[in-house]
Parts: sequence; C-alpha cells; structure tokens
Amino acid sequence: MIRTVTINIIRFVVLVFIQVFLLKNINLYNLATPYLYILFILLLPFEIPNLLLFVLAFLTGLTIDAFYDTPGLHASACVLLAFVRVLFISITVQKEGFDNEPEPTLSIMGFRWFLTYAVVLTLFHHFFLFSLEAFHLSEIQYTLSRFVSSSIFTVFLMLVTGLLFFRKKERK
Amino acid sequence: MRNLLIFITKYNAFFLFVIFEISSLIIYVKYNAFQKATFISSANDVTGNLYSRINGFYDYLSLKDVNDSLARENANLRNQLKSSFYIDTLAKRKVTDTIYKQQYEYITAKVINNSFNRSYNYITINRGSKDGIAVGMGVISSAGIVGKVVNVTPHMANVQSMLNKYSRFSVMLAKNKEIGSIQWTDELDQHKGMLVDVSTNAQPTLGEAVLTSGYSLFPEGIMVGKVSNLHPKDGAVSLNMEVTFAVDFSKLQYVNVVDNKFQNEQDALEALQKKDDQNSNH
Repeated sequence: MIRTVTINIIRFVVLVFIQVFLLKNINLYNLATPYLYILFILLLPFEIPNLLLFVLAFLTGLTIDAFYDTPGLHASACVLLAFVRVLFISITVQKEGFDNEPEPTLSIMGFRWFLTYAVVLTLFHHFFLFSLEAFHLSEIQYTLSRFVSSSIFTVFLMLVTGLLFFRKKERK
Repeated sequence: MRNLLIFITKYNAFFLFVIFEISSLIIYVKYNAFQKATFISSANDVTGNLYSRINGFYDYLSLKDVNDSLARENANLRNQLKSSFYIDTLAKRKVTDTIYKQQYEYITAKVINNSFNRSYNYITINRGSKDGIAVGMGVISSAGIVGKVVNVTPHMANVQSMLNKYSRFSVMLAKNKEIGSIQWTDELDQHKGMLVDVSTNAQPTLGEAVLTSGYSLFPEGIMVGKVSNLHPKDGAVSLNMEVTFAVDFSKLQYVNVVDNKFQNEQDALEALQKKDDQNSNH
C-alpha cells in the first residue's frame, strides 16, 4: 500500500517535470505536441476508489494548467480521461482475482490490452483538449491534424516508457 | 429516496464526472476570459519561482546568442552617441542644447516564461508594478516589437505576445509611410504575420521593412518585420501582405517595456473629444 502511494507520487512529480520543462518545448512540424503526463492517470491502480481517481485527475490537470497558463483546460480534459478510464476498465477487466494490487501497466496487462487502453484514452483526452483550446470550427482542419499527430506522438512515448520499465513475469 | 441513493452510488463515476467536469469548465471559461488574472498562472509564487530557476539553466545554453544581440545593440547605441556625429553648423549645435522632455522610457525585463505554439500566446517577464510597469504598455526587444502588457503583479507581468490572435498593432510601410495593422496569421506560424487594411495606393515591394506607426503603444519607427509575400489573400477591399517578424519569439531572452509618459494625457484628451462628440449629437 505505502509502496503504491510512494511510486505514484514519484511518478507524478517526474511526469509533470518532464511535461513542463521538456515536452512543453517540443513542437514537431508546428503540429505535434505530446502530453505524456496523462500516463500518471492511466497507471493509477485498478482498485482506486472513483472519488480519489477524479480528485487526482482534477489536481493533475490543474498542476499542468498552472504551468501552461490555461486554468481549467487540462483539468477538464483530465476529468474526461478519468471517466473514460472507469468505463474502459469496467468493460475490459474483471474486478476479481487480483493478488497484489496490480496496476494497468504494459508488463502486467500485456501489449495488446495496453495499446488499446492507451490509444482510446489518449484519443479522448487529446480530442477534448484541442477542440476546447481552439473553441471554434473555423480551423477545424488544423485542429484535427494537431489532434491526430499529437495523439500518435503521445501513444508512442507511452509505449516507449512502458517498455523502458518493463518487468518480466509479474503475472504468471 | 433510498432508490435515488442506490442509483447515485451505482453510477457514482458518472456523477463524479459531471461535478468535476462542470467545475473545471467554469474555471476555464471564467479565468481565460479575463486574460488569466488568476493565481493559477505562471506568475504565482511557486511556478514563477520554478520557472526562474529553470531559466537560470537555460540562460547558459543561449549565452552566445544573447551576447551577439547585446553586442549588436551596443553598436547601435554607440552610433547614436553625440560624439559619433560631426557637428558642422551652428544651427545644429543649438538643437543639441535644447532640453528635451523625455517621452518614452524603457524598462528592461527578462523573459521567464514564454509560449509560441498555441493560438493565444503569452510571455511572463520578471518586472511588475513595483518597477513601474502598468497594463497596456508596449513591449519591444532589440530586434523589434514583442507585444503588450495585459496583467501585472508586484514583481511580474504577463505580456500578450504578437503571436496571439487578439494582438493587433498599427504599423506602416517604411518607404511611403502607408498605414496598416499587423496581426498574426491564421496558420499559427511563429515567424509570419499578416499586414492588413493597407490603402490600395501603396506600392509595397518585396523585402520592404515594416515599422511601427506611432499611433499605437510604441514609439514611431520600431522594426516589426519585412514584407515576404505580396499577394497572400486575393479579393480583399484593401491590400494585404505577409510579413516575416524581425523577432524570433522562440529565442526571446530580454525585452524592454515602453513607458509612454504622455499616454495618460493623450487618453484624457481623446476621452474629452469623445464626450464633446456625444454632447453635440444630442
């Protein structure tokens, strides 16, 4: 339990730091900006209570907002992300039969499940984020291309991170 | 009542989602409309402090560029020294004896946060109301215009960058002094702006300099950029052209805030004029 909390706090600090001081400056072809910090919400343990999940998502969003000068923007996208996460997990994972507080990581859940999970959640988050930021339809093409390219970039970084911290055989 | 409670607990995720989503959207709509006048911004203590520390590190990486620009500016200033002019007539000596009243004062500030890849970009600088900065002042760098101050705290200020869809400044073409306004392009390219509403009599040439007109917050004749495309949009009533900004916004380090000493006087005078117009209409 304490181990899980510590790991998540470290993960939060590291991801926010990377997002704010490294990824914020990346802007491939004027289009793709990765938002890797949502990995924190993705990797919270399965058995987290819904209330805590939403509070954490909201606070993560506000933290990023404070650095990006966009109060509320990332917070609302993160809350949507948390909701989609609850739905996705309730559809694809049986709640029973976990031994030791597993987390939805690449090494535990397998590549196929994690890829679907990451893609679906990233698409929801990024679509909401970019359309809310643009807020009108006049540049719909530009907004959509930003959304698609950024999503690909983010998922790619997530997979790289997942493989980097891959631990073999946690689940028999 | 019991059924209602059961219903709510069964679908608690949805209700939590609605509550948090609404509160974050309220924050979003409320604070973004008022130009980020809020504590959740990069001018607050924690994030501001962190940004200035990280900036201290970034500074080392761009020392060379900064040195170059300082050297260039030094040379520029040296050119303007009295000693570098040859005084050949009595009349000219008389002019130098005149006591000018200073109209524009420049306050140097350092950029501690900068964005250039969003639709509405803002810059945070490390000078605030204690250093004499007020909302509405123009901001320039050694290369050209940067934006205007929209938000001030005692030690920091938010600047609405030229790369912001709200930004619009009065400028003129260098050769024939035709007036127009500069704004950002719809393509969100950080190097390109659009000069619009130029009278059709103007005959702009490719590469012609675009300067500030003196009708806006800036002193007259400050560099804005160069004309890089003469016919970006056809079918408009007035001429428009694409301008490449003189300032590289991604490398902004030091800026000067322009304090127009006569701004209050001018505003008061113009307000008086408006009042007179209204009265004569009735």
